[in-house]
Amino acid sequence: MPTNPYNGQTDLGIGLGLRVPHYRHILEKKPVCDWFEIISENFMVDGGRPLEILDSILEQYRVVQHGVAMYFGNADPLNRDHLKKLKRLVKRTNTPWLSDHLCWGSVDGRCSHDLLPMPYTLSVAKHTAEKIRQARDFLEVPICVENVSSYAEFTQNEMTEWEFLNEVVERADCGILLDVNNIYVSSQNHGFDPFEYLRAVPHHRVGQIHIAGHTRLDHVILDTHDHPVPDPVWELYAAAIQNTGSTATLLEWDDKIPSFDDVHAEALKANRYLHEHTHA
Amino acid sequence: MPKHSKPTATFMSTPTPSQLRTNADLRQLQRTMAAALMQPLTRKDGLATSTQVDFITPNDRMSGFERLEIYARQYWFRLLDCLYDDYPALRVLLGERRFHQLCRDYLAQHPSTSWTLRNLGSALPAFLTEIKARDVARVEWAQTLAFDEALKKPLRIDDLLGSDPSTLHLGLQPCVVLLQIDHAVDHFITAMKKADADVRGSASQAMSEAPTRASIAKAPRLKRERVHLAVHRHDNTLYFKRLAPESFAMLAALRDGLTLADAIEVALAEASPDTDWPAQIRDWFTEFSQLGWFIKSPHKS
Ligand SMILES: [Fe+2]
Repeated sequence: MPTNPYNGQTDLGIGLGLRVPHYRHILEKKPVCDWFEIISENFMVDGGRPLEILDSILEQYRVVQHGVAMYFGNADPLNRDHLKKLKRLVKRTNTPWLSDHLCWGSVDGRCSHDLLPMPYTLSVAKHTAEKIRQARDFLEVPICVENVSSYAEFTQNEMTEWEFLNEVVERADCGILLDVNNIYVSSQNHGFDPFEYLRAVPHHRVGQIHIAGHTRLDHVILDTHDHPVPDPVWELYAAAIQNTGSTATLLEWDDKIPSFDDVHAEALKANRYLHEHTHA
Repeated sequence: MPKHSKPTATFMSTPTPSQLRTNADLRQLQRTMAAALMQPLTRKDGLATSTQVDFITPNDRMSGFERLEIYARQYWFRLLDCLYDDYPALRVLLGERRFHQLCRDYLAQHPSTSWTLRNLGSALPAFLTEIKARDVARVEWAQTLAFDEALKKPLRIDDLLGSDPSTLHLGLQPCVVLLQIDHAVDHFITAMKKADADVRGSASQAMSEAPTRASIAKAPRLKRERVHLAVHRHDNTLYFKRLAPESFAMLAALRDGLTLADAIEVALAEASPDTDWPAQIRDWFTEFSQLGWFIKSPHKS
């Protein structure tokens, strides 16, 4: 598989998040890596070192943009300034698709800089889907929305998270960046069966998968991206790719970041599952 | 930055809707939750006990209050970390406790109004009343600007030859920031970085983590001194450059849209007659255009 309209008909393998501590290693050693995911907002600047690094990376690697500030779930409209700068970056990177989160993060112009959970209702799903359509029409690139991990649920919820995800992506006709670590974290925090979530996802819409590690505290699991991928997340990954086929997969490691080779080795473990669970 | 009121001001007064039927309902829920997260944490980094949490479902391990508190802490710690990253010298100057309290007070009055955290500390210099601290903060904010503002196509000295100074307008690179300060902040930051590098060198691998919360270096002396400073980027590295008061005034006037002739007049208004100013001005132009500081004027040409 699966090239699909949601990942721009590409067939990328296993990628890594591009992070500052690895810049020098990547530019000097030019390690083999299928692709890099960048946080769009870190490069939506007018000049300086960030863009110089990005241009060097782009000379040698495929880059896919992952954003953290589009906030499709805000009650407020999309931010024009953000969208314009994002489009400028899309032209620079030629990203085959672009992802951001199914969440909200600001209201009345005040920004939390967090990925806050959505209330799961039909009217909110309609509103969110409309904004994804607006963003895609403006940016002219396929969009995948990522399920976030959450620590709280709203009393106003009328449906499950996966039902909400389905409503949104069907109405927006967009792709899914399926984060299997986030599904696991939320399943533990809210007490649902992560495999039920996986079964309900419209598999043909999955354009990309995220894997990551997390931190287990007494009463809650936090989505910290500072550990190797734990076994339960690998199990979910295996189940996910059985349905989606061999999908572009990215390891997120954002804190206490080990060497490039260590992070890459952890990501490449996904190959074992890809060979076992999908038909090449 | 827009004017702000305390984020707690409208909090508590409006109940959250029990059902979300319209976008206005969603906005009301988001306002209530944002106000809860953005209100100052308690002394023990907790959520204020008076916080309304009836919109969060409890589970078998945590109350709605505890679940919301996770987000409140995340909000504050993320934003505090950002100020720690952007103002390391101010932190050294003020010491850990004063700096930490300053950041909390600042964020309570200046919540982020931008999609990027890069702008979070933009109003911190103006927020400070003590001149020493404000000077340090102004230089650190200038570093943030110089780091990633645009580098536009520079004008070469040949591009300027033959122009009429009475009509010539020139612009200044956005990644060059001019500051007149009353303390030798440039020397302070350089000394601080050196001390920091010495500490890190001796601590070897122990310092491989992000420096944000690393132990604070001992403050070097911050001398009182009138300084005309350019904070600028060259080959993607940041530099300080001290300027003569006259060349500083000329650059600032050009940046603000005056013609070259007027800028020179402003710059030399109180200058000593003993200097060969025409020769001096030629030297400045050679130097600044070699640095690539002049660009086409955004005002007119
Ligand atoms: Fe993710």
